[in-house]
Parts: sequence; C-alpha cells; structure tokens
Amino acid sequence: MTALAEPAVPPTVPPRDQPVPTVPPVAAGGRPRWRRLPVIAALALATIAFLAPFAWLIAASLRPREYIFTTSFLPVPLRSANYHEAWTAVPMLTWLFNSVVVGVAAALAVTLSSAWVAFGFAYFRFPGRNLLFGLVLATMMLPFAVTMIPTYLIWSELRLVDTQVPLWAGNLFGSAFYIFLLRQFLLSLPREYFEAARVDGASYPQLFWRMAFPLIRPALLVTFVFEFKASWTDLIKPLIYLRDERLFTLPRGLKVVLDRFGYGGEQQWEIVLAGSVLATVPMIIIFFLAQRHFVEGIVTTGRK
Amino acid sequence: MTTTATDTPRATAHRRLSPLARREARWAYVFLAPWIVGFLVFFAGPMLASLWLSFTEYDIVNAPRFTGLDNYRQLLTDPMVARSLGNTVLFTVCHVPLVMVISLALAMLLVRVKRLQGFFRTVFYLPVMTPAVAVGVLFLLLLNTQDGLVNRALGVVGIDGPSWTTDPHWVMPGIVLMSLWSLGSSVVIYLAALQNVPRELHEAATVDGASGWQRFRNVTLPMISSALFFTLIVNTIAALQMFTEVYTMYFGNRQTQTSFNADAATFYVIYLFQQAFQFLHMGYASALAWLLFLIILAITVVQMKLGNRFVYYEGEDR
Repeated sequence: MTALAEPAVPPTVPPRDQPVPTVPPVAAGGRPRWRRLPVIAALALATIAFLAPFAWLIAASLRPREYIFTTSFLPVPLRSANYHEAWTAVPMLTWLFNSVVVGVAAALAVTLSSAWVAFGFAYFRFPGRNLLFGLVLATMMLPFAVTMIPTYLIWSELRLVDTQVPLWAGNLFGSAFYIFLLRQFLLSLPREYFEAARVDGASYPQLFWRMAFPLIRPALLVTFVFEFKASWTDLIKPLIYLRDERLFTLPRGLKVVLDRFGYGGEQQWEIVLAGSVLATVPMIIIFFLAQRHFVEGIVTTGRK
Repeated sequence: MTTTATDTPRATAHRRLSPLARREARWAYVFLAPWIVGFLVFFAGPMLASLWLSFTEYDIVNAPRFTGLDNYRQLLTDPMVARSLGNTVLFTVCHVPLVMVISLALAMLLVRVKRLQGFFRTVFYLPVMTPAVAVGVLFLLLLNTQDGLVNRALGVVGIDGPSWTTDPHWVMPGIVLMSLWSLGSSVVIYLAALQNVPRELHEAATVDGASGWQRFRNVTLPMISSALFFTLIVNTIAALQMFTEVYTMYFGNRQTQTSFNADAATFYVIYLFQQAFQFLHMGYASALAWLLFLIILAITVVQMKLGNRFVYYEGEDR
C-alpha cells in the first residue's frame, strides 16, 4: 500500500496516522490512494459523458454519409471532403467571416464603452452615483423579450434592418454586466496613484486611457472574450434582423443548413455536421488561449 | 449688501460641491454619457414603448391601434399561452434543481483532486462554450431514436430508449437532458465557493465527531449558500427564457415545423417570438413579454425573500 500511496501524497500533507489537524477537510489528499479511486472513477465517467458528444460530432463530421450514424469509431473510412462540400453547398466561409467581423465589432464596442463608463463609476464622486449604479444593475434583471420589439422598431426606423449593424451597435453604450465587472477591478486600484497623475497635470481621459486601461487588461480580456462568445453563439438577433443569407452569422447559417439539409428533406447530414464543427471549434480554441483569465473572471463575478 | 444677499442662497446650494468637485462631477457625466444614452434609448424608452404597445394592435405596416386590455384578455384564453407557459415552467422546475444537484456533486468531486482539477474543470466548461445552435443540432442527432448515441448508450445497459425527438411525451425529457450538458458554469462557481470554505470549520466539526453527512449539511451547505442562491436565481431566469436550443431543434422557416411535437416543444419565448416576427402581432407579443417580465419578477422576489432567510454571507451578523 505504501508504495502506491507515497508518490500520490502531496508534500504538505502530514503522516496518515494523525490526519485530523491539518488535512484539508474537503480535499482528501492525505488518504491512501485507493480511497480516492471512487472519486477519480466518478470524474472519469462524468468526463466521458461530457466529451462523448464532442467526440461523436467530430468523428461523424469526417465520415462518408452512409457511415455517419455508425457506432464504431475507427474502422470507418475518413472523409474530409465533407467540409469541402459544405463550403460549396452553402456560403459557409462567408458566414464564418461574418461571425468573426460581427463578434469582434460587438466585443470591441462593449469592452471600450463599458470600461469608459465603469471608470466614471469607479473614480468619480458625484451626486446621484448610487442611484445611477442601481439602475445599471437593475437593467440586468430585465428579460430581453420586453425590449426586443421596440428595439427592432428603432433599427427598422433607422433603416438598418437587414444589415449587421443592429448585431453590434447597441454595444457602443456599455452593458450592465461588464460595467459591474470592470468597476470591481477598477475599484481595486489605489486611488492615490491616479491622484498623483492628476497633480502632474494628466487629464481624466488620459487617466483612463494611459493608466486604468492597461492596469485592468485581464478584466478587459475577460469582457472581450465573454462578449465575443455571446455574439458568436447568438441566434436570436440574426434571426430577427437578417434576411439576406450572405449577411448571416454562423449560427444563423447553421439553422438554414439544418432546415435545408437536415430534417428538411435532402438529408445531407455531413453538411450539417461540418457546419456544427466550424461553429464550435473556433470558440474552443479561443477558450483555451484565454482560459486562465476566463475562469478567473467567472469566479470573480460568480462569487460576489 | 445686495450682492451678498443674492449670492448667499447660491453659495449654500453649492456648499457641498467645491468648484473642483463640480468639475469632477461634470467629467463623471462625460464618462457616464454613453450608458445614460443607451439606457434611455435601449431600456427606458423600449420598456415604455413595449408597455404601450401591449395595449394596441400593431403589425408594423399599419399604425398601432389602441385596443385597451384586449391583448391581456386574449392571454387568459389563448390555449397556446397556457401550453407554452406550462412547458416552460415544467422545464424550469426540472432543469434548475437537476443542474444545482449535479453541479454541486461534480464540484465536490473536483475539489478532492489537485493535479487534474484544471483538466476536469475545462471538460465540464467546454459545452458552455459551444454555440446553442450547435448544441441543438448535436442533440437532435444524439437523441435520434435508432442511431442516436444516447439510446445506444442506454442499450449497452439494457434499456430500450424512447423516441426522444418524435414522441411528444419524451420531447421535454430530451430537452432537459440536453440542457444538463451545459451546466459547466455552475460547476465552476460551486468549485470556487467550496475552495473558500475555511478548513478550520471542517476540522472542528470532525473533532466534535460529526459524520460526513453532518459536516456536509451543517458546514458545507451553509458556507456555500450564497453561491447556491446565486445560481438558483440566474439559472431560473435563464430557464424561463429558454429559446435557442429548442428553436433550433423543433422550429424553422420552412415546413420543418414537425406538427406532432411542436406543441410539446413550444416554450414561452418561442411562442412570443412567433407572435412578434412570424405573425407580426407586435401588440400581443408585447403583452406576452410583459407577462413574462411580471412572472420573472415575482419568482425572483420570492427567491430573494427566501434567500434572506437561508443564505449566510460571510462577515454578516446573524
């Protein structure tokens, strides 16, 4: 047993025969390894359950049509031409490009404007601050369905329906969740630092742009990635505002593909699957690149 | 004399704000300006407009026609309102507790592993990063009766899986199953909360002879109650507004609307969306939106009231 248990015990954990005083209560690091086996087994099972859909999606997207629903993973011939066919059957590349453009515009707009507003709430003392900040938080509670129709009418009046502008332009005015998040980070910066810069003659926009902005870069990254993800995955706005297929984003396009090639009659599931992979993979790559900040951001906002 | 007499009231009015502070306040409003404009244009204005529209008949082409309480009267008798609301509430009642229990179980397992924690955390969070449309497409295939992965997995343990996507009775369980795949953010939140529980509390309880269950019940649960409460509210609000995955699976522009299970899959926001943008009943849809708003508000207020009784916040006197 010892041979098994020794390497698994982290260096900080005390000998096993006196476990109570310093053993982390929930982390069972001090127990012999076999006691942790059920934990690892349960997590492994859960991992299989969570990863199986991805594995199936990617495997199936690379199979010839007649093998898509095959159970076995390996002995089936691979067929990357599915992606090529998806590209030629529908404007997949255009949709991918649109998603990137709209996502970057939406994320950039919300990051800049929310940081600007958050700086206003974090740095200045002014009459009505608490009331206004309360209003910011209150807007988070409102279901999108309530403002959906009048907002549509506004864009329609501006003759911007069937353009991509409504998908991102609303973000130029900041967004409650991010204002809240960025304000939290700004409040953690020492105020004296900014006051010293004021004494040296820096203007308020300079304080924001030259000092606050670089200092909260991790939080800005979280904001950018969160909003890019929100835009990248959104269906309802493209559904409401876009008619022209060439303007579609990937989720909206994928819906068309599903309607047309999935249960819509022709049954070309390989196109649907290739599209699904294209819609999924870029976000997962971004997630891996930004993961550390990302999880920190979720933890900070979720714990308040 | 006269100058001082006229100056005095002004001076008192501004006594709290020095010239410097006043300049600072002006700059503050410059920074707040985008949000204030956005609030007026995209929140306050639309809210009032939507409230007003809910008392009219409006199809975008013709000017809104005031019809008083007609829309609200219609809400009460429209069978699809009852049906879609029923579906949505049923989904919420199944989805939220399941998400909370399973996420907590996963988080409690995760907190016990050290080196692989990052890996597992990523695994559970990945589905959250998957676009809802792709989730809908994927589960449409996974829940497929003959060839779907779910029924094949059930077949391995000897269960003959149901027709998830075509049998109206099994449509909702299928949707709940799909929704559980994306519970990763709750796991991450619980994990953070669990790691925040002071070790001393568990140690003291162990010394006092508390069993594992007693420590869970009397130490862990109270200490993470604010995280539980947060996810309860957020998940409930989100569940009541479920749209994309289900719309992807069961509704579309063409004749793909599979009539035999469309009713079983009509969620409240889907019905609202159809009324607004398919049938152009903008007034009626606005009334639907306001009913949803009131329902969410009422549920949130009740949850907050209950939360005040059961949630323990660190540093708060009890």
